[in-house]
This record gives sequence, C-alpha cells and structure tokens, in this order.
Amino acid sequence: MKDGSPFVSTTNACKLCTPLGACLAFKGIEGCVPFLHGSQGCATYMRRYIISHFREPVDIASSALGEKNAIYGGGANLKKGLLNVMDKYGAKAIGLATTCLTETIGDDVKMILSEFRSEFGDLSLPAILPVSTPSYSGTHMDGFTGALRAAVDVLAGEEKTPAVNVLSGFVSPEDIRHLKTICRAFCLPATILPDYSDTLDGGAWEEYEKISPGGTPIAAIRAMGGAPASLEFGRTLDPARTAGGLLEERFGVKRLGLGLPIGLRETDAFMAALEELSGRCLPRALGAERARLVDALVDGHKYVAGKRCLIYGEEDLAVGLASFAAEIGLVPVLVASGGSSGRLTSAVAAVSGDILREQPQVASGVDFYEIADKAKTLAPDLILGNSKGYRVLAKELNVPLVRVGFPIHDRFGASRVIHLGYRGAQSLFDRVANALIEKKQADSDIGYGYI
Amino acid sequence: MTTKPKKTVDPSVLKEEMLRKYPPKVARKRSKQILVNELDEQGHSQEIMSNVRTIPGIITQRGCTYAGCKGVVLGPTRDIVNITHGPIGCGFYSWLTRRNQTLPPTPESENYMPYCFSTDMGEHDIVFGGEKKLRQAVQEAFDAMNPKAIGIFSTCPVGLIGDDVHAVARDMKEKLGINVFAFSCEGYKGVSQSAGHHIANNQLFKHVIGLDDTPTEGKFKINLLGEYNIGGDAFELEELFTRCGITLVSTFSGNSSYDQFAKSHSADLNCVMCHRSINYVAEMIEKKFGAPWIKVNFIGGEATAKSLRRIAQYFGDKELIERVEAVIAEELPKVKAAAEEVLPTTEGKLAMLFVGGSRAHHYQELFHEMGMKTIAAGYEFAHRDDYEGRHVLPSVKVDADSRNIEELEVEADPARYRARKTPEELKALEDAGVEFKNYPGMMMEMESKTLIIDDINHYESEALIEKYKPAVFCAGIKEKYVVQKLGVPLKQLHNYDVGGPYAGFGGAANFYREIARLVSSKVWTYMKAPWEENPELSATYVWE
Ligand code: SF4
Ligand code: SF4
Repeated sequence: MKDGSPFVSTTNACKLCTPLGACLAFKGIEGCVPFLHGSQGCATYMRRYIISHFREPVDIASSALGEKNAIYGGGANLKKGLLNVMDKYGAKAIGLATTCLTETIGDDVKMILSEFRSEFGDLSLPAILPVSTPSYSGTHMDGFTGALRAAVDVLAGEEKTPAVNVLSGFVSPEDIRHLKTICRAFCLPATILPDYSDTLDGGAWEEYEKISPGGTPIAAIRAMGGAPASLEFGRTLDPARTAGGLLEERFGVKRLGLGLPIGLRETDAFMAALEELSGRCLPRALGAERARLVDALVDGHKYVAGKRCLIYGEEDLAVGLASFAAEIGLVPVLVASGGSSGRLTSAVAAVSGDILREQPQVASGVDFYEIADKAKTLAPDLILGNSKGYRVLAKELNVPLVRVGFPIHDRFGASRVIHLGYRGAQSLFDRVANALIEKKQADSDIGYGYI
Repeated sequence: MTTKPKKTVDPSVLKEEMLRKYPPKVARKRSKQILVNELDEQGHSQEIMSNVRTIPGIITQRGCTYAGCKGVVLGPTRDIVNITHGPIGCGFYSWLTRRNQTLPPTPESENYMPYCFSTDMGEHDIVFGGEKKLRQAVQEAFDAMNPKAIGIFSTCPVGLIGDDVHAVARDMKEKLGINVFAFSCEGYKGVSQSAGHHIANNQLFKHVIGLDDTPTEGKFKINLLGEYNIGGDAFELEELFTRCGITLVSTFSGNSSYDQFAKSHSADLNCVMCHRSINYVAEMIEKKFGAPWIKVNFIGGEATAKSLRRIAQYFGDKELIERVEAVIAEELPKVKAAAEEVLPTTEGKLAMLFVGGSRAHHYQELFHEMGMKTIAAGYEFAHRDDYEGRHVLPSVKVDADSRNIEELEVEADPARYRARKTPEELKALEDAGVEFKNYPGMMMEMESKTLIIDDINHYESEALIEKYKPAVFCAGIKEKYVVQKLGVPLKQLHNYDVGGPYAGFGGAANFYREIARLVSSKVWTYMKAPWEENPELSATYVWE
C-alpha cells in the first residue's frame, strides 16, 4: 500500500515485519519469552536481526511448524512448544505472536490456547499474551504496538497505583534509562512499558540466566488499569489499537497522547505533562539540561543552519526527527517511512508547520529505492536514519548519515544512542553538527584545524 | 578465565546429566543426537541422528529452507536479480547479512547484491493470490535493472495459497527474453536450511548449468563447489589457483556470476568444499557431463597444501605438479611461522565448534595447527553422511520432510557427456590416494571421547561451557552473546563477524591471529571488579 508509488514491488524495504516488533516489545516484560507460532525460520531470522543491533542474547521460541502442520494446523506443535518453554525457561509470561504462515492457514490461536488451558490447567501456567501479527498487513511498529496492547489486555486490572503509565514506544535502552531518570527527578512513580533497558543492554552474568534479567514487572502491568494516567508517545498512533487506548476504554485511565519527546519542543511538551501529573515544577537538573541545550543550539547554529536533511525511519521517530531538525535550523527536505498509518503528513505538519517556510516532502509506505530516487533531486547535505540507508543512499550520494533508530549494525553502541529528552536532543545536535563539520573538513583541501 | 578443564570431564556422564533435564520423549530423541565419539574396529563411527525436526519451543540455531536456498546458495551471485515472493520480513532478513563479498569485473558491471527485491505481499495478495503481483514485480525488476536472469524465491505463505511461481517464471521468461526461474523453497518444507540447498542445486542444474557451450580456455579447469566468499575467502583461493596455473571456471557460489554457472559443465574436475550444501550439483554434473568430483578443504595450511596436491595429481601434469609444489614451498613456511608465533598463547587450549554443515569439521584443522584441541563439535543442519561419511548413504532413512524435495533424474547427455578419465586412469588415481565421490565425514577425524552434538541448543551449550570452560566457542551471532555473557569468547564462523579471509594460506595465518587475540584478551579478566575477587575484603570495605 504505497501512497502514490509507481511500483508494486518493494526494493530495499524501509520497514521490518510485524512479529519482530512484537518480539521487541515482549523482551521488555520481566520473565517473558517471545514465541512465534510458525516455522522456525522466521524466529531465527528475527533473532539474528535483533541480536546484531543490540549485541545481546535474544531468545525467540517457535512452534517449528513443518509442511504437515502447515496443512493440518499447528495446534499440537504450539502446545508442545509452550510446554517446553515453560519447562526449560520457567517463563513468567510467554509473548505469543503469529506469523504469516499461521495467519494464512488461519490457525485459531484463541481456541488452541483455551484447549491448552483446560488440558494443562493443573500446571502453574505463565501468562500467555497472544497477538495477531500477519506481516502482510502492517510493519514491525504495528507488531510492537499490538503486543503491548495484548499484554495490557491480558494482565491489567483495576487495582489502584500511584504510578503513571509511560508507553514510550520503540526507543533505545538508553532512552528508557533516561526516561526513568526524568520521572525520578519529578518524584513521579512510573511504569514504563516496555522496559528492555536491561534485557537488551545488560552486563556480564555471574551465572547462566535463562531469561535476561530486567523488564517491566508483571505486577506493575497488572496495576496499569489503576494508574492515574497514561502517557503514550507517538503522533501517528491510533488509540483504538494501542495499550494506552485500551486502558482508557476499559479502565478510564486518562490517556495523554504526546509525540516522541525528540528535540526541544516535543520534550517541553513532555515536561509540561510531567509537571501537571506530579504537581512539581521542572526539576533543576532537567532545567539545566534544557539551558545547556539551548546554549548549544545557539553556538552551533552556524554549522547546521540551512542544511538540507533527509529523514527516514519508523513514522513516529521520523516525526520527532523532523520536529528536531526544523527547530535547530536544518531544512528537512524529505521525511520518509515504510509505515503507512495515513497520519505521517499531518503529524509532520503539526510539529514543523509553524517553523518551516516550506513543508518537506512526506512519503509513507516507501522503500529505499524510492527514497533514493527522490533524494537525487533533493540534494540533501545530511541524512538521519538507520543503517539500512547507508549503501544505496548515503554512500551513493556521498552525504553523512547520522545513525538513529533501528537497525544500526554498522556502528557500535546502538543501544546507547539517546534520542529522547533534552539530553537526547543535545546528543543528536552534537552528532549532527560534527557530521557536517567532518564532511566539510574531509572535503576541503585546506585541511581546517579550526572550524 | 580458565582454559583447561579443572578436572577431567567424563563425556558420558555429562551426556547423561544433560539428558536428565529433558522430559522423557525429548531425552530419548536427544540421546541419539548426542554421541561420545568412538570408532569401531573397521574405523567406522557410530550412527548419529541428524536432519530431523527441531523440537518446538526449544531454541535452535537453524534457519529455514528459504534461507538455505536464497540466502546461502544464490545469495553470493552478483548478477541474478533475486526476488523474494512473500511478505516483507523474509526478504529483509536475508538482505546481505552473510557478508558474502563480490568483485564485479568493472565498477559498471552488474551487481544486484546490495538490493533486496520483494513482492511485499499484502492482505489482498494472500486472499486473492499473489501471481499478478509477482508478474509485475518481475517486470519492474527487469525494467529497472535489465538483468540477464531473475530468480524467484517462495516463502511460506506462497505455498499455502497455491501461487504457481514456476508458471509465472515460464511466462515471464518468454515475455522478457531473459532467463527466469523459480524456487519452491517455502520455509516450512524441510527441517532446516539444508532442504533449501537441495532445491537451489536442483533449479540451478535444471535452468542454468550447461546453457553455454562456448569452450573455456585453460589446461587445468576446475569448479570450486560450496565456497561462498564469506569475508573474502574466494578471493584468496582465486589468487592461489591463478598462481598454480589452475583455471577456475566457476565457483558455487562465492564471487560468482550467472555466466560462470552456465558454462561450469566445461570444467574437468569439481572440487567440493561444503559437502552439505552443494554435493547434489557435483553428482548431477558428473552424471550428465562426466566431470568427476573430489572433496577438498582449503581451511588450514596443511589442508590447503593437500587439496592443491590432489588437484595436481588428478591432472597428472608434471609442470602443474611442480608449480603447485613451488607455491606450497613458498607459502607453507609462512603459515608455519605464523602458527609458531601464536602457539605460546594457544597451545593446549580447548575449542568447541557448532556451526553449519562443514565448518564445524573444516575449522578443526586450524585449531589443530594451533595446538588446540576440539573437544566438542556438531553441525547445525548436516545429515548423517556429513558426520559419518558418505558410505552410510544407502542406509540413510528418507523421512517425510526429505521426500518432499525432488530428486532429479539425471542421465548422461548424449552429445555432451565426456568421460574425463578412462576407468583405468581412475583406478590408478584411486590407488594413489585420490578419493572420488567421497567425504569421510567429521566423526572419523575426531578424537575418541570427544562429544558430537547435532543441532545443539542453548541449554546444552551452557552445560558444555560450564563443564569444560573452553578457550573459544565457535558458532554464529545468535549464540555469540549468550556464550560471551558466560565469559567465553565466541568466534562467528558463519559470517566471520568483521574478520576473514580464513581460507587458503593467507587465511590460515589470519585465523591464528584472530584466535590468539580472542584467547589472550585481557577483557575477560575485568568481568569481576577487583573487590569482588576477594570477598572478605569487600565485606569489610562495605560495612565499615
Ligand atoms: S513469513 Fe512473515 S513473519 Fe515470517 S519472516 Fe516472513 S514476513 Fe516475517
Ligand atoms: S516465512 Fe517461511 S520462508 Fe519466511 S522466514 Fe519464515 S520460515 Fe522462512
């Protein structure tokens, strides 16, 4: 479903498949093992991909269906698989995502699970969080969002808690750690879902851990229905399909939809929400970060102002980056995404409309072939996006690529890339300025020592 | 990090311990896939269960049929446009992750490897069929790239909705006037990548091999089969052959091109590296065109020398033999010197290899040359013949999964079959030690009381590591970080991580240095903070 694209096929996709997103979200729940109902190949591929970005162990189980199961249904294998995961991992939760195979054959997971529960009800069963994730509709972000909704759907109850829900979207482990620091600074108890800041960026182990330690505690998810409010990041989300939306519908937990707090203004909006929820003013430490950031924007303006920048990635990330780019003086010329929520254009306009004289081109549902095609005439000076655009875009055009988002597998430290908050904006700004300086230095015969 | 076992480990006891944790049914199955190596009086190994389905819910190293077909065998060829017919993930995940390198003859020459073409099926295609979209995708790829060949690869949903990819290929071939062929390599078809290798072999044989009869120049013409140019291995070997005066007609499929495949039947000898993934092509070429095959191994200095000598011996040409000896005489001492250099850090240490269908065997050579011992090894997707040797082939049970995969009926080509040697010549070569059509397998060459484990899983790896504390564990990136969390370095042997080449003489020296770096790194000693080394001290420090 490409908006106005002349092609039906996809060349060098700018999106990943739905269950991968679900697995990532499940990795952020304590004691949870992601499980794909389908053939083992999908699980292996996704593990490989996630591991190469985070450089951490990532287990994804599978029901390992073969041809026979593909024809007669995969129920028996699914049950066997669940038992083995319980047995071998002692999982507290199993995040069960379907794949194209089981969606195509129409396996009724709900029914298989209810059989499973009645057959093995005498065992202490983990929470099973089923989500339907056919890749032929949607992208990894739909899987991510859907998995969180499924988790809340199964687990959340009404028990009261002072902790606000923070549904932070697909951000880096460093971002999650930073969000915790921010909430702590406001003395605001918070349940961040998902929290893979340890599971996907942990330390060495004393001894073998079957499931990587960390994650949002299941007890905390159970209490999400009794929270004072939910903050849900992502301007292109449809609340009817999110965890925040479900908590509001079912438990009346007020949902505050915000953009990913990338850049100064989106972070300001986030801080305003936290001030309101906590009843406190912006803590000093954060105020100082903001001040430093603004100071840097002034000092570094000369390096970035007027430079043309191309942005791609998940829709919400792309919106945040567009907002950031516009406010620091870059000129976003193209904002592109493989996702197609239908809300990208309006979201980009909402965050940059009052700053930019001319709105950037916005392209949703596109692949890198099309992005590269458009880029030829746009003459960007800088690209913001993941590793996938390096070869056909950055290298071809000889333009620096500042790596953000997922996947980053040609640079070290992907888990520690920070995007959110004033600190994230500071880091992004420094990297953008330096990338432009480096390019200028490398391209010049003078060999500037001061620049 | 300890490098020698603290106390001697009895592998049989360890096996029992591992099995005890499984439910009875799983234990019964795994007990046939975990063996303590022991050869009988005839020098034959025991029977190992392999190429059987992975147990649901138990995390495996294995990938799918599609991965073996599109990713492994066809992936390294630069000038065939490979279109994945399916939803986006399968294609995306197989997009340049294996670090195959390629060197087009000129910067302008065709190279589609940086591209990942997919039909990106949507809901509509799943419900109403995807053939129309596939046709359009082929047309688009043709318009955009103008290739000489297009391959179509089926993923799981395609088989289920019944798209006839072969019919689409036929039609488009006719319409576009280029070669278009399809692979029914749906992921669920086999138990692992291995089924995909077979499917790839079949289709290459049916649709490409033998298309070009223009004679190839050169006196000593070979094909190198089962070499995928990971980390530049093929470049190393190509150079070696050139120096020896051996003409490489084609490689399946490292640094390869479509035209090479098309004329590969003109070579006079097929040299098989990875037996598992490509032996079918070797067999079929021999039947149809007459060139025999031998097993070679270019991993390890000695092994490289031996393989070169075998090739020279086969051609039996004095000049060639001398030239090969000269190259060996020049290169082998350098390799030996490199080994000497690392010996003080590597000697006596333990290695484990769990990877692929041939590397877990081949790389043992290198460890041996470094004075290291391979204490446990196993394949991810190999069959019994890769473990026990090809002599077991007649007794290998064909299960339902393998029966799915077509065995091509191949006959001698009436016009083009050409026996390369007379029966007498062949006999004489065999008597002189050249083994045709034979792969003796991994187990024969492993010491007794080592552990052989097929399709190993996390739990078993962890038990092995805990008991033996090896100095290095070789597997893939999926296993890497679990193993390293436990304080043991892991060397990636699928895609070599950032390293390579490791083949040939130069590659061997590279590998020694890489392993020496891994086993001597200081980093592992920092895992515990200084105050943790001494518990009493830390107690006083914290509480006072
Ligand atoms: S079949 Fe679907 S779920 Fe599996 S890898 Fe392909 S796109 Fe992803
Ligand atoms: S859907 Fe099938 S072909 Fe695709 S990755 Fe999964 S197992 Fe392999």
